[in-house]
Amino acid sequence: MHRSHNFFEIFSLAQSWEVDIDQLDLRFRNLQQEFHPDRYASKSDFEQRLAMQTAATINQAYQTLKNPLLRAQYLLKLEGFDANQETHITADSQFLMNQMLLREALSEAKFSEDPLKALASLSIEALENTAALQSEFAQQYRANAYNKAFDTLAKMQFASKLVNDIAQLEAQLEDL
Amino acid sequence: MALLQISEPGQSPQPHQRKYAVGIDLGTTNSLVATVRSGSETILPDEQGRELLPSVVHYDNHGVSCVGYEAAEHSASDPSNTLMSVKRLLGRGVDDIKTLGDNLPYEFAADSGGMPKINTAYGLISPIQVCAEILRKLASRAELALGSMLDGAVITVPAYFDDAQRQATKDAATLAGIKVLRLLNEPTAAAIAYGLDSVQQDTEAQRRLIAVYDLGGGTFDISILRLSKGVFEVLATGGDSALGGDDFDCAIADWLRLELGLSEDLDRVEQRILLETARFAKQELTEHLEVQLDILDTPLVLTRDIMYQLVDGLIDKTLRACKSSLRDAGIKASHIDDIILVGGSTRMPRVGEKVGELFDRQPQCTIDPDLVVAMGAAMQAEILIGNTSADDMLLLDVIPLSLGIETMGGLTEKIIHRNTTIPVAKAQEFTTFKDGQTAISIHVVQGDRELVSDCRSLARFELRGIPPMVAGSAKIQVSYQVDADGLLSVSAREQGSGVESRIEVKPSYGLSDTEITQMLQDSVSHARDDMQARALREQQVEADRMIEDLQAAIDKDGATLLEASELQCLQVALEELRQLRQVSQDHRQLAAQIEALGKTSEEFAARRMDASIKKALAGLSLDDALK
Repeated sequence: MHRSHNFFEIFSLAQSWEVDIDQLDLRFRNLQQEFHPDRYASKSDFEQRLAMQTAATINQAYQTLKNPLLRAQYLLKLEGFDANQETHITADSQFLMNQMLLREALSEAKFSEDPLKALASLSIEALENTAALQSEFAQQYRANAYNKAFDTLAKMQFASKLVNDIAQLEAQLEDL
Repeated sequence: MALLQISEPGQSPQPHQRKYAVGIDLGTTNSLVATVRSGSETILPDEQGRELLPSVVHYDNHGVSCVGYEAAEHSASDPSNTLMSVKRLLGRGVDDIKTLGDNLPYEFAADSGGMPKINTAYGLISPIQVCAEILRKLASRAELALGSMLDGAVITVPAYFDDAQRQATKDAATLAGIKVLRLLNEPTAAAIAYGLDSVQQDTEAQRRLIAVYDLGGGTFDISILRLSKGVFEVLATGGDSALGGDDFDCAIADWLRLELGLSEDLDRVEQRILLETARFAKQELTEHLEVQLDILDTPLVLTRDIMYQLVDGLIDKTLRACKSSLRDAGIKASHIDDIILVGGSTRMPRVGEKVGELFDRQPQCTIDPDLVVAMGAAMQAEILIGNTSADDMLLLDVIPLSLGIETMGGLTEKIIHRNTTIPVAKAQEFTTFKDGQTAISIHVVQGDRELVSDCRSLARFELRGIPPMVAGSAKIQVSYQVDADGLLSVSAREQGSGVESRIEVKPSYGLSDTEITQMLQDSVSHARDDMQARALREQQVEADRMIEDLQAAIDKDGATLLEASELQCLQVALEELRQLRQVSQDHRQLAAQIEALGKTSEEFAARRMDASIKKALAGLSLDDALK
């Protein structure tokens, strides 16, 4: 198994946005049962190295397909659209404005009367945004509208970062 | 679980030999060795029947004078030559040690590499050497009990150990002459010991979420696992590799010191007496509500309540790590089905109470918390060495701390995030920032903080010979690869010119390969047993394994995967090794032939792997077609 293998083929899944996660989990385990380095622990160094590379590819493929954002990036990469996280930015000014407002709300949440409550409601909004973007992506991808999907992907990257930052702040506050 | 190994027809000239593998728990305070006998895991005791081996080594002018209980007896009388809790120093730099507190009664000297060495009567000793002595003692205990040389061992490490600490552990095993089958995370080992039991008892148990709370003498780990049909999948792990029962002792010792009206400036013997008394008091208070002490001729009473006040802050620190790992795993505390307590320090009732509160569930400790890790490691060793069929069990572990690279402004860019399943390989592209730049310096760090200065520096290396280009046009791919032991190797490559630089990450605080070789040679000249004979035996075992494996592979796939000429060439090389194996008494000659055959068979091995990958993929597609 090499990094050049199509990740969907590795798990015998159709190349699509929709992925049956139970199926993915099951096949992942079956493949690792066969190729994990533990299965080669008493073999030669060379075979152990091959097993390690194979298992690493299976792990990477699994993580890519399991995570919606990574899966979207991968699908478009297969169509020739490389979404480098830092340089790929949307031009949708309304979306950007909305993100800015959410970011402001995030930085103010700390100082509100009940920061955890403020964060919780912000978190709900951010997750709703993410879900909406994902279904937008799904439609565009299905319609082969890759340019549009690529722009949506940029938004998904933004939204995902916000979700992470909210979670991180929540963690910080809970630890205090 | 199938316990019989079925041999394929027409293979090995000799009957299947049983191989001897053990699990070793190299602990801060105590170490153990276990093996699987007639299908059940057993701790191997010493000749006096004692299961634990105190992780203590005593040195005198001539070298190691004793290891274990005997060595521990010197602790109060000869503290600077009695090395204990040395695991805390493994893979650490001199500067780190200062942050571990001033309670270590040793004199340190830094060597050129920044690795701390302890000044003893025998000279400067590295923590790796001390751990090697403990491992050697355990290995010889096992060999005595099993009546055979060991073929390999699984050695456990705290899950939260970073790359430097893991590498140091592996180096210690190499020094002790032990073949490491795998470095296994301690909580994962404990989960195996519990998990397989519960699978055997309850076949209905399908998906269970397990939290392993492992508080040892010097380290704390928390791991969250999902157990499903024999697959142990670690979802998240966290902890503190410098927090454990030793810190409880220090907190208590400090209280004793204040009660006695002593200044902070104690001599080593006084320090040791306070620590020993603190440890004694802690153990007594497991059963009793108060304890009468007599230190330096002063009577003193310590109650459980006071002790809890002293240690609660430390326990709370472990609970914060638990919460953080639960968050990483995306799981709520209430979703955990079982909590397992591991490590001697969980014997303190307060620990169980507070952990129980957090998870709102009674923790389990049906297997002795001191023994459970070694038992799990023994089970894994038995599978890895090939004595039992492994069809039912698989471990999927993770890296505990993110691996990154230093970028502009002293910031860390993460390349592999913490809690990523291993093995893993990831590559990231970087570029030059000056016109005509021909070299790039790569600084590999581990940790989850933004600033490089807050992370662990693992290695620095340079990629040179980049053709001069305009800034930003070079494409430098930096690849990180973490193997199943959790050990990292890094390579960098300029894509256009193909200039490559590769490094096995040998942390600044580890031993270089030359140092290991030197130490091994030194130990050979000191060792009583005949190292030559031992080395020959090792190579013979290796040769037998290779002959058997390769013959089986040829019988199975030789005709389909190899051209006639290739097959013949391989058979000739195989026959050469077979003959040499019968006659050679020179381990170097045998090793050279093994290596040569290894090289010759690499292409065959690669094709076999490709074939099984194709088969696996095709097999799945067939499943699809049948649906």
